[in-house]
Amino acid sequence: MHQIKLDSDIDFAGWREAARALALSNVAPAKVRWSVAGAAPDLFAELAQPSALPRASGSFNVPALFVDLAKTVLLHRDPQRFALLYAVLWRLRRDPDLLARCTDPELMQLEAMAKAVRSDQHKMQGFVRFREIGREPDNHFVAWYEPEHHIVEATAPFFARRFADMPWSILTPERCVHWDGHALSFTPGIDRSAAPSADHLEQLWLTYYASTFNPARLNMKAMQAHMPKRFWKNLPEAALIEPLIAEAERRTGAMIDAAPSAPKAARQRRKAKMPDTSDTLHDSIASLREQAAQCRACPLWHDATQTVFGEGPAHARLMLVGEQPGDKEDLAGQPFVGPAGQLLDRAMSAAGIERGAVYVTNAVKHFKFVPRGKIRLHQKPNSAEIKACRPWYQRELQAIKPELVVALGATAAHCVLGQVTTISQSRGRLIERPGEAPVLVTVHPSYLLRLPDEDAKSREFAQFVDDLRLAADHLKHAA
Amino acid sequence: MDLQRKLAILADAAKYDASCASSGTNRRDSRDGKGLGSAGGMGICHSFAPDGRCISLLKILLTNACQYDCLYCINRASSNVARARFTVEEVVTLTLGFYRRNYIEGLFLSSGIIRSADYTMEQLVAVARTLRERQFRGYIHLKTIPDADEALISAAGRYADRLSINIELPEEHSLGRLAPEKDVRSIRRSMGRVRLKLDEAQEARQTQSRSKPPRFAPAGQSTQMIVGADSASDKTILATSANLYGAYHLKRVYYSAFSPIPEASRALPLAAPPLVREHRLYQADWLLRFYGFAADEILDDTDMLSLQHDPKLAWALRHRERFPLDVNRASREDLLRVPGFGARTVERILTLRRVGTLRAADLARLRIPRNKALPFIVLPDHRPAPALLDSTTLEARFAPQAQQLGFGF
Repeated sequence: MHQIKLDSDIDFAGWREAARALALSNVAPAKVRWSVAGAAPDLFAELAQPSALPRASGSFNVPALFVDLAKTVLLHRDPQRFALLYAVLWRLRRDPDLLARCTDPELMQLEAMAKAVRSDQHKMQGFVRFREIGREPDNHFVAWYEPEHHIVEATAPFFARRFADMPWSILTPERCVHWDGHALSFTPGIDRSAAPSADHLEQLWLTYYASTFNPARLNMKAMQAHMPKRFWKNLPEAALIEPLIAEAERRTGAMIDAAPSAPKAARQRRKAKMPDTSDTLHDSIASLREQAAQCRACPLWHDATQTVFGEGPAHARLMLVGEQPGDKEDLAGQPFVGPAGQLLDRAMSAAGIERGAVYVTNAVKHFKFVPRGKIRLHQKPNSAEIKACRPWYQRELQAIKPELVVALGATAAHCVLGQVTTISQSRGRLIERPGEAPVLVTVHPSYLLRLPDEDAKSREFAQFVDDLRLAADHLKHAA
Repeated sequence: MDLQRKLAILADAAKYDASCASSGTNRRDSRDGKGLGSAGGMGICHSFAPDGRCISLLKILLTNACQYDCLYCINRASSNVARARFTVEEVVTLTLGFYRRNYIEGLFLSSGIIRSADYTMEQLVAVARTLRERQFRGYIHLKTIPDADEALISAAGRYADRLSINIELPEEHSLGRLAPEKDVRSIRRSMGRVRLKLDEAQEARQTQSRSKPPRFAPAGQSTQMIVGADSASDKTILATSANLYGAYHLKRVYYSAFSPIPEASRALPLAAPPLVREHRLYQADWLLRFYGFAADEILDDTDMLSLQHDPKLAWALRHRERFPLDVNRASREDLLRVPGFGARTVERILTLRRVGTLRAADLARLRIPRNKALPFIVLPDHRPAPALLDSTTLEARFAPQAQQLGFGF
């Protein structure tokens, strides 16, 4: 029988050194007895033959996951933890997959212990209550806390990172920790009576606790699941729990029974009336935009963020019509600001067209999509939606009176020409129309974005630029 | 008015906002010795009120005076509640004092609308800015006022960890009826603006650049919907949530069961809050975000979630043709759809499958509610009775047992 005495309850280095030597010497877990210096002696300690650590050289590998698990489990208060860890280590050398067998009883026991330790640390981070002693600059913040496991040393760095600019101490029955603004130090445990009993801000905290509670939602089961009674004695606000519960039912009943009270002196504001928009002869783009913001002519408004109206100079010579706003445009409220817009900008500058001089709009002015988790998948607008939105385009056209309209893609061509139009048959030439600005049809820039290979991309981009050059030439000749 | 009284009024006025998250922001601390506070990683609950809700942030209003007359709100213009207003300095001192005593993770500040959207937003931003100027590194959640100026939104994102704008009600017409001054369109526009700024900040972080990217709300944006104040169905609510998650990349949609308030309006149900319904909506929300369900799958033939069964079980009972599943072969996506299988359980099952075959005993050790899962799965030593999945009594198996009425403690 090997008797191993560790320096302290949290002596991980000691445990690791012993466990390594024992494992290398093939000492079975049943042949080892673990204890901690200074702890009450084991009933059978007398029977065990104390023996020196077996001499063994070399080392062996274990998964990093096990080292982390062992470090955490070691903080548990269960005296069996050292033996259990060694037993799992022993098995791990023979079965490298052991850590994946998460329903193994011994492994589950370790996981449960690690979970208890982590939870204890988490509770300590939340439930420590500092009380201020003295006045600035000689003040000191002191807390009394009773952790369940040996977690003071392991949790102290959290408080040091958070409360670096003030001196503080956390006193516990087993171990105390102090921060002087520069370093952590530890002293032996202390009696509760050494802890301060008052703080000048505590009454405000109690007021907050009582006021943030909603009596209509009383749920003690949920509360006790998160904050079991054993914590209550060190939480100043817990003294309010019983009285708040006692009051809750009465307060809720009173709210429900109370007759609705007369409203305070009526000063309810009415929404400003919508401007009269019946006069369509003198549409300005600004007033059109305002009217379109309220458009309900098709169901697309419901799921979209906003109407994305056209943008550009009021008397632009060139009008560009796209399909519909995309994800980015819907959020920003402006046409062609997303990836397709950036491509369009590049193509226009290659063709010698200044974007700022062009009126840019869409055939359909709300974003049509289907939600797929965190993204919105673009959907092509149907004929009914194109038709419903077309009056806005017509009124924009009337207000701007451009010398040329460029329709980008089939939806835009449908809207601009008023009929279904095939791109391949109509692109690349001016379509003259009696009494109206001529139309040039070309592809939509998002078509270029969707092309899979780079060759096709650059070929199509060049053709797109050629189409736009036609528009630029037309304007040059007309000028 | 003394600070105690103000705090009582303005904490009471803020408590109907369900959000208390303090997680998910960028990691920071005060090891440099020049500041106070740390954040990042898991949120910490510092206390729990008897309503079972966690207290993580100091959740208060700057003022409960409000121009708006939203019927569901205790602070509406026509309500007779006592009014109060904090100064910027008072909120800052209170936050720092509470933080030093480890009462809180930080501040969640909202406000009634006073004077104008911009003025109100300016006041909220002033508090956050002052806290940061005093080197406060804890968590700040600011309520964003719809249609506030672009520059104010940017400033809010620079100082705050999270921004939120409440959608309030799932349907536009009920918002129009209950909150006449609010406008869904402007709420959505504001969420859209926030998302664009979040995207921008994220892109800036990803591209290598010498200058530090602008900080913008590292813990993202969230919203809240009131449940039970209008007649909207769960189907409408979930469709709205799915739309909001997709469009504005919200971190969370909070559901708040409408609870009776003092000084209540005649137009609203004065009844106990529908807490079970709220719970089912949260479960459905989880199915949307972590279990691969689409909104129209969770509710395909009814408009309301079952109060009796959790939404996944209810879905499985309606889609028995997809079961039983072989736990040792099914894909992760399918396993996530088994009633009683949580996301972590599924990960464990997949780990175990790599080193062996799962048996019924393994599932018991994984603490899976066996009664719930067993009719839907196949294991080497378990096969549900062939007729069970087709039987009409299957649903009855999951009915809660009759209970002796207890004392309401």
